Amino acid sequence: MKITLNGEPHEVEENSTIAALLHGLNIPLAKVAVERNLAIVPRSTFEAVMLEDGDRLEIVRFIGGG
Amino acid sequence: MTEELVSIKDQPLVIAGREFASRLIIGTGKYKDYAQNAAALAASGAQMVTVAMRRVNVMNPDEPMLVDFIDPKKTVYLPNTAGCFTGEDAVRTLRLAREAGGWSLVKLEVLSDPKHLYPDMEETLRAAKMLIDDGFDVMVYCSDDPVFAKKLEDLGCVAIMPLGAPIGSGLGLQNKVNIRLIVEQTSVPVIVDAGVGTASDATEAMELGCDGVLMNTAIAEADDPVRMARAMKHAVIAGREAYLAGRMAKKRYADPSSPLAGLI
Repeated sequence: MKITLNGEPHEVEENSTIAALLHGLNIPLAKVAVERNLAIVPRSTFEAVMLEDGDRLEIVRFIGGG
Repeated sequence: MTEELVSIKDQPLVIAGREFASRLIIGTGKYKDYAQNAAALAASGAQMVTVAMRRVNVMNPDEPMLVDFIDPKKTVYLPNTAGCFTGEDAVRTLRLAREAGGWSLVKLEVLSDPKHLYPDMEETLRAAKMLIDDGFDVMVYCSDDPVFAKKLEDLGCVAIMPLGAPIGSGLGLQNKVNIRLIVEQTSVPVIVDAGVGTASDATEAMELGCDGVLMNTAIAEADDPVRMARAMKHAVIAGREAYLAGRMAKKRYADPSSPLAGLI
């Protein structure tokens, strides 16, 4: 199925969790925050939240800034 | 030296109940790399750094992470809203920051025209209210207008952070009269944010009675950022001490330091 990941189209397998997606992308779970369809996904629920077709995900982290 | 002379101590800077021994806050942008940034932080003695939230590069998840160089457990991260132009954008960004780090202390900046990066004060006020209602402790970047500064304080912002000069300009304090007016009227910390170019600018802000100084480019774009970070540490301490000491009165004519009585 198709989701939008950080503004770009992205293909994921059916029945994927957020944790599975992050693992597959080699993104460290502890260092990012995830927003799904404009709602915060608490880190404690990454293993439980299932992705759905058409989801819009934002995965962000801290970078240098003023 | 007598006990009295060595025991003069300053109060810590207190922002929303958190105590800071250092009155210098530094940014983490524009450095050559995060290692240089971390070295400058150590030299500056700062206990708080501003940070931004941005998308993970999905194509390159192995790129360096700020948290691997500056430990958020040892240094307070102050997430900013750089790049946000509305209250809704700011709330969305800082909710993500709160989830990423668990902090409620944030820096609100709602900018306008990229040419001067002046804060959009109408939108800043609206965003500050939205964030405070959402449970954030808001340190707010603002213009040096005492009227807007008062409105932000009345809303419940935990620190008022007027600009000294446009962001990244290094021009030094352009309106000392306004900064001083804001210091006098404000009961939460006042921190000059933006405009510092060199050590004397930071000292000047502290001599005016500001509670702290926030800077990024002055350190990051110095030829030797680590050395400038150390200079800023001393500059902030010097200005604070001079403010607490109370400067001598200015006079129009000379006044000899050596007594005239007993001249041969």
